[in-house]
Amino acid sequence: MSAETFAHVSNLVVPTATVIYALAMMSHALEWALGRSVVTKTAEVKQDVLVAADGETVTGGSAGAAAESTAADAVEPAPGIERIEAASRIGLTLTGLAFALHLVGVVTRGLAAGRVPWGNMYEFSITASLAVAAVYLIFVGRYRLQWLGLGVTLIVAAVLGLATLALYTPAGPLVPALHSYWLVIHVSAAAISGGAFTVGGLVSVLYLVKARAERRVLAGGTMSASLRRLPSAEAMDGTAYKVLAFAFPLWTFGVLVAGPIWAEYAWGRYWGWDPKEVWSLVTWVVYAAYLHARATAGWRGRNAATIAIVGWFVFIFNFVGVNLLVSGLHSYAGV
Amino acid sequence: MTDVKDHITAPTGGTGNEPPAMGLVGWLRWMWRQLTSMKTALVLLFLLALGAVPGSLVPQTPIDPIKVSDFLEAHTKLGPIYDKLGLFDVYKSAWFSAIYLLLFISLIGCVVPRLGVYAKALRARPPKPPRNLNRLPGYQRFTVDAEGDVLELATRELRRRRFRVQAYDGAVGAERGYLREAGNLLFHFSLILALIGVAWGSLFGYRGTVLVVVGNGFANSVAQYDDFTPGRAFSGDDDLPPFSLTVKDFSVKFQQDGPQKGAAREFKAQLTYQETPDAPEKSYLLEVNHPLKLDGSSVYLLGHGYAPKVTVRDGKGQVAFSGPAPFLPQDGNFSSFGVIKAPDARPLQLGFEGFFLPTAVIDQRGPVSVFPDDLNPALVMTGYYGRPQPETGKPESVYQLDKSKLTQFEKNGDKLRFQLAPGQTTTLPDKAGSITFDGYSRWVKLQVSHTPGTDLALAGILLAILGLMGSLFVHPRRTWVRVRTEDGRTVVEVGGLDRGPERGLGDEIRAITDSLKPEPDRSSTQEQP
Repeated sequence: MSAETFAHVSNLVVPTATVIYALAMMSHALEWALGRSVVTKTAEVKQDVLVAADGETVTGGSAGAAAESTAADAVEPAPGIERIEAASRIGLTLTGLAFALHLVGVVTRGLAAGRVPWGNMYEFSITASLAVAAVYLIFVGRYRLQWLGLGVTLIVAAVLGLATLALYTPAGPLVPALHSYWLVIHVSAAAISGGAFTVGGLVSVLYLVKARAERRVLAGGTMSASLRRLPSAEAMDGTAYKVLAFAFPLWTFGVLVAGPIWAEYAWGRYWGWDPKEVWSLVTWVVYAAYLHARATAGWRGRNAATIAIVGWFVFIFNFVGVNLLVSGLHSYAGV
Repeated sequence: MTDVKDHITAPTGGTGNEPPAMGLVGWLRWMWRQLTSMKTALVLLFLLALGAVPGSLVPQTPIDPIKVSDFLEAHTKLGPIYDKLGLFDVYKSAWFSAIYLLLFISLIGCVVPRLGVYAKALRARPPKPPRNLNRLPGYQRFTVDAEGDVLELATRELRRRRFRVQAYDGAVGAERGYLREAGNLLFHFSLILALIGVAWGSLFGYRGTVLVVVGNGFANSVAQYDDFTPGRAFSGDDDLPPFSLTVKDFSVKFQQDGPQKGAAREFKAQLTYQETPDAPEKSYLLEVNHPLKLDGSSVYLLGHGYAPKVTVRDGKGQVAFSGPAPFLPQDGNFSSFGVIKAPDARPLQLGFEGFFLPTAVIDQRGPVSVFPDDLNPALVMTGYYGRPQPETGKPESVYQLDKSKLTQFEKNGDKLRFQLAPGQTTTLPDKAGSITFDGYSRWVKLQVSHTPGTDLALAGILLAILGLMGSLFVHPRRTWVRVRTEDGRTVVEVGGLDRGPERGLGDEIRAITDSLKPEPDRSSTQEQP
């Protein structure tokens, strides 16, 4: 097939994948909506939360989560649970389908351009969102991550939609500054760690939601089934930490090693306070503060989640805001 | 970054946070404690992040001085305030430096004492088992009839699992994951190393840029640069390697069609160079991403443009200027602005300013360039005249015409404006002379720089990542096995705790317990909630 055919296929497949992700998102939204109306009796939920809270002090995160899920399994399924499960499964199936098309779209884009498919903002968007979807699908079975479905499909559909509508650039060669194998190393490190920051931010948001619900339950309130389906707040706190602990060294390598080495070759200096460099450093410092606060000050829970969310926003601004609002050396053809 | 309990310099209790009522030494000690506390380090980290932001939003003098002066003109009230705050050069401002220096002092004050603590911890034996093993996060027990050699078995099993083991009376204590703190310390010390590398480079390095018209040469001395930024400790020409180079040829390719039409696809400069005045001549193809390395300095290709070749004749018919004049590109299609000065023209001195358009088209905006390559080159200029001025010796920009003592030519009541294709000549009004557009060359913008300490900075960051991975992925764990007799039967207890984020503690305790049981008993573990 010729480059044009590949480009054509890519242009056809990426919007299709976007639509299917959006359908998957609706299915997951339905799952949550159905779950809102199914409220379990306070006593049962409170029992769970107490077990989880107890488990937290005695055995740490995963034991608490295990305790809760055992308790949840023991409870007689409330009416409507089957429909919630069905919506969740449909969402997951659609996500898988969308991912397959998405993968084809990214690969054909690379073939059309004859290089790695992350040479401009459009390509970076479709590739980074593919990374997010891939990580989710790989681990969804092993770690029971269905509860992330709504967030992941929402983000991937939104990123792909924006990329297609606002950032699209036809496949083509690159400006000379990008003719380097550091493009592969630097940008893929940034994309993977960015995907992990996104997942970490998402989990932290859900953590805050769940932690609030748990506190409400302890005060005598109720918890909807959709929130009950989330892991315990304690477990999500641990998940966010693991994801970010993985992302941080990679980000350090991407922006403080690979980036400067390339900048030294391409621009004659390894660090020049270009807006993108500044915001990469700010991102780094925020996540350093996150790990620092966790490890030393023993910050967990709400404070840590807040820093993780701030870090995610900083990363998003670095990616979107700096490209679109500020001019600098990281501005290339087609944004 | 370690557990708060290990951190001796960060007292979190009430006494450490209140200023003591004692003399200077007390105050200093109190301040030092505050500075090296965890909270302060966190606050400084956030301040560093916050402080770095304005530099990306406000134009910066070292990056784009023209934008800064534009900003100052546009914001007459805000501009001077920004200037006072150092917002036009954030990363060299006193307050930004203060943040990162304090951060590094805090870091040193925090990690140096921990070296000693760690050295002690490395030699320490795994601790005695606590009285109640069943209160630990991970706990298993089982009973057997005969005591046998459970403790010996446990020692072997724990060693196999890379624990350090210490025998106690009726029990063994084991610990592993000592490398976590080592990674932690390595991370912090390596950051200091990297900062030293960066500081070294900014003190002893230099960077200069020079615009060289194709065919011309450049010899490495401060006077030859258009723009030269030495480090604070740079001493002058003696520190510059004595190389020279000539730009023989320059080729550039642009995207010819499609939405990215006009985007640069490649540019290459063919150089010849000599490392020293006596060295043999060598050649090098200079490209973006492929700098020429010479005796510690590097030559980079940063940009390119056009230099129209022009001959100016004065009112007496004599050549007052001849040669290429570099024009600076103003947009992606290389509409290039520049000036031509003929101060020696007589009876009146002459000056010209205007645009070189590589692919000229006339549209409603007037003449513009629509493509960066030289498909239809044209020179669109206006001219000025004035009384000859005595030489002042003051340096003048070659890209700007000082029009304070010059008057613009007029023709038929309008300001004079002319457009020339290569080879064409126009005569100036009032027999003031003529200007001929002979042709054009290209120029390249070269950067020569030397940044010592890069290897140190790189090594620092790489070691920091290594240390970081140790501190994030090594999981310190303590495990104890105790054997005692209860009602004639032997009770074996296994307990453990993690000194970091928990990762599969229960699984490992269970596995250790299983390995201690006699063969047929393996399934009868009593779990303790």
